[in-house]
Amino acid sequence: MDLITVDHVSKRFPLPDGKGEFTVLGDVTLSVHRGEVLALLGRSGSGKSTLLRIMSGLIRPSQGEVRSNGLPMRGANPNLAMVFQSFALLPWLTVQENVELGLAARHVPLAERRERALKAIDIVGLDGFENAYPKELSGGMKQRVGFARAFVLNPEVLFMDEPFSALDVLTAENLRGEIDDLWNAGTFPSKSILIVTHNIEEAVYLADRVVILGSKPGRIRGELQVNLPRPHDRNHPRFKALVDYIYSVMTNPDIAVTGEVEGPESGAALAGAGPERSPQRSSGSPFARPLPHVRVGGISGLLELVAEKRDGDGSIPQLAQRLQLEVDDLLPLLDAAVLLGFAELTDGEVRLTAIGRDFATTTILRSKDLFRQQALGRVPVLSSIVHTLQEKENRAMRSDFFLGIWDDYFPLKEAERQLATTVDWGRYAELFEYDAIEGRLYLPS
Amino acid sequence: MKPLPEPESLRRSGSFGLPDLAVILGVLALLGVVAHVGAGAMVSFRPPDVSPTVSLDPRNLPDYAARSTLRMFIALAASLLFTLIYGWLAAHNRRAERVLVPLLDILQSVPVLGFLSITVTGFIALFPGSLLGLEAASIFAIFTSQVWNMTFSFYQSLRTVPKELGEATTLYRLSRWQRFTRLELPSAAIPLLWNAMMSFGGGWFFVAASEAISVLNRDYTLPGIGSYVAAAIAAQDLRALGWAMATMAVVILLVDQLFWRPLVAWSDRFRLELSASGDAPESWLYDLLTTAHIPRLVAAASTPALEGVDRLMSALLGPVQDHEEAPAPPGQERLFNLALLVLIGALLAALLHFVLTRVGLAEVATVFRLGLLTLARVLLLLVLASLIWTPIGVAIGFHPRLARLLQPLVQFLASFPANFIFPFATLFFVRFQIPIGWGSILLMALGAQWYILFNAIAGAQTIPSDLREMADDVGLKGLQRWRKLIIPGIFSAWVTGGVTASGGAWNASIVSEVVSWGSTTLAASGLGAYIAEATGRGDWPRIALGIGMMSLFVVGFNRLFWRRLYDLAESKYHL
Repeated sequence: MDLITVDHVSKRFPLPDGKGEFTVLGDVTLSVHRGEVLALLGRSGSGKSTLLRIMSGLIRPSQGEVRSNGLPMRGANPNLAMVFQSFALLPWLTVQENVELGLAARHVPLAERRERALKAIDIVGLDGFENAYPKELSGGMKQRVGFARAFVLNPEVLFMDEPFSALDVLTAENLRGEIDDLWNAGTFPSKSILIVTHNIEEAVYLADRVVILGSKPGRIRGELQVNLPRPHDRNHPRFKALVDYIYSVMTNPDIAVTGEVEGPESGAALAGAGPERSPQRSSGSPFARPLPHVRVGGISGLLELVAEKRDGDGSIPQLAQRLQLEVDDLLPLLDAAVLLGFAELTDGEVRLTAIGRDFATTTILRSKDLFRQQALGRVPVLSSIVHTLQEKENRAMRSDFFLGIWDDYFPLKEAERQLATTVDWGRYAELFEYDAIEGRLYLPS
Repeated sequence: MKPLPEPESLRRSGSFGLPDLAVILGVLALLGVVAHVGAGAMVSFRPPDVSPTVSLDPRNLPDYAARSTLRMFIALAASLLFTLIYGWLAAHNRRAERVLVPLLDILQSVPVLGFLSITVTGFIALFPGSLLGLEAASIFAIFTSQVWNMTFSFYQSLRTVPKELGEATTLYRLSRWQRFTRLELPSAAIPLLWNAMMSFGGGWFFVAASEAISVLNRDYTLPGIGSYVAAAIAAQDLRALGWAMATMAVVILLVDQLFWRPLVAWSDRFRLELSASGDAPESWLYDLLTTAHIPRLVAAASTPALEGVDRLMSALLGPVQDHEEAPAPPGQERLFNLALLVLIGALLAALLHFVLTRVGLAEVATVFRLGLLTLARVLLLLVLASLIWTPIGVAIGFHPRLARLLQPLVQFLASFPANFIFPFATLFFVRFQIPIGWGSILLMALGAQWYILFNAIAGAQTIPSDLREMADDVGLKGLQRWRKLIIPGIFSAWVTGGVTASGGAWNASIVSEVVSWGSTTLAASGLGAYIAEATGRGDWPRIALGIGMMSLFVVGFNRLFWRRLYDLAESKYHL
């Protein structure tokens, strides 16, 4: 029997002022099998954290059911433990007391509590730090405490919510390797692992099975079996092929995830896959189409880098590596470049268009002109705002007005981010100006 | 890298020493004082025949001061208990929140001193034949002056507990009690402690004011340092006044050293940042306690008992509920809102009916005019205090060494009860024929001005030094430097100081618009004097009208003036 089963689960949050609902997750079905490491991989906005919290019982789904060992769940699932992105340690408790937290909650006798906690601290290699406070520890050591706190409960499933993303690259690599060793040695304190991440390499390195989530609304696009001997060798051709494949899938939300990755060359086979449009993309209003949250400076920086590599390997994984950027940071930049017609993505390769090359290499003034031209032509929300401002006699409008329109399609926080991004783009293009104190958009005189 | 052993673990070895002796003696002495002072509250009291008197012999002062201090601590304990329950309910129950938070906002604005008349009569009736009634009334006055700040701070802390920490406690299945003791209370500890410290300092003012008052044409005296001052004023005894002030200063210093400093040093562990911070607060008493063995032995011995409490309370309060509460059906919600509205409407109607039938509309207009007069005084005070103290505060704040030296002094001055200085000011007014209408502004400022100075210092310290260097670099001088750098930089701190100062000034108006020296009484015309006189006569409708009008002024002033400045500070001048 599967340890955890997610059965047609959706999650919707009400929009403010009774303007309907915002769907974070739509109809997700998934299970965690005994003895596997499962990775949930998705960009920000794919609802992966929400899904994890629904699976742990922290959040109730709007529809559908989560079962633990075949039984419907009520409240927090006692069979699992979670490792948090921010560590979530209580700063006023010592390492030992933090690790004992779950045992204290279960009223385990004092002596046994001590003993089990010491053993868990030993496993994560923190001997000698039992009486230290979290603030005395480095980030990597703090997360070790987080792991010990989970291990001590011997949970059926260990949940990890981006456990390495708050650490620096080297520390993360080190800790990831140790957790993998522990799993491969067969002495791991839990039967299965569920890890949520936006780091593609990390997912392929740790997981036996990778589930790829799509955005807006969050849903499962497909899954891949890694099928490599453990520990997964990063230099294995299949490893590279998997990473490349996932990159190309994640940069192109419209292709289906088939999971058929055989060799390094198989990425090309995907070109023929049918389009899979997400529902909210087809909405009519220009305000319903979300802009990727990036600054114009970021777009031009990326394009300059791609332009310099003339002979160039514009493959996205390589680009990510060279820039030391995670998918969550890189992909929105690429989205924006494509949206503005500065670049094209084919088979996981980035190619600059003629205008894009011009934009990346010319002077500031000319690049502003190019940006304005592209933005007006290809970003309907910008032209729509300019049009509205032109209609008005005083050529100005409160930003609340536009915020209200976004608010119909997004939760307030996302609506505010859309406004901020739009204002940034519009200001750079000198399409309109913005007075932050009065909250007013107006046309330049 | 091998970690070095901490000094604490080194200290652990060794046997009983001087620190332990000191701890034992200290605890015994404390118990002795409390027992002695507590017995005093039980003396017989049968007004009007038997009533305690206050002797002006300075040798009695330590005893009086101890009794006043005990009242302060009982009120503090009561405030803490109230804070924990009220704040917890408001933060965890959506429906309770909607009633409790606005109520707190109003209670905070009501002038505490205006209530003394009501509470004194109530409590005397509750404990006939003993001083306990007066004790309770005085403690209640201090309580109401301390509690709202603390409750607000606790509620805010509970609302801002980091989300992942909350999730961790839910997922690790902590009970409500365990979440409260392990997560909520610790994360609220530091702001709560600072608020308690500030409120405690302000509380001395109310001790002094509540120990000797005349209510319903009768003078009530409760032995304590406040009534000692009142007796000295009546007897025109300047020497006794001097002794009282010296004693007060010593008491404030002792409480700071023996109570607040150690607590602040101890609470440093409850900082939410996960990284070590620069300088930790220090306290010699805290160091002594951590060096001695007895506290550790007591802690170790009480572990099983604490475990038992943990189990018991966990069983009583139950597990943490699911994160989201299911929204109540809309019909039920509407009913709840309707019931609330009806209740509020009925209360307002009753109050209006009472005031209108007993005093009439003309009197309401008069009181409104008096309110405007007092408002003018408060405003003038704020402007003057800002003009004088802001430049001084900024000058201090820009010099870190000076600030470190002077900040404790300012804190001391802020907690020194201003009403101890009133008699000297009154004497001054009488001698030089200064009209009390203007003089009361000075009296109100005696207590309130320190908040402005204190916040000006704090605000100036938050201006980054590279901004100041930039200002020097581009040659900003004089007025320009103030307009471009300093005023925007200290704006939000000034608003905080201004809100506190104006709240203090409104309250102080009740005792500073009417002052006396011996048989001479000076009375200004204003809302504070109106309330004080109505209280003395026991004129209930006028007391109600006066308090209601003052609350209205304070709430209105906060909403129309401070709230806006606050928003401006948040949005525009946020560093």
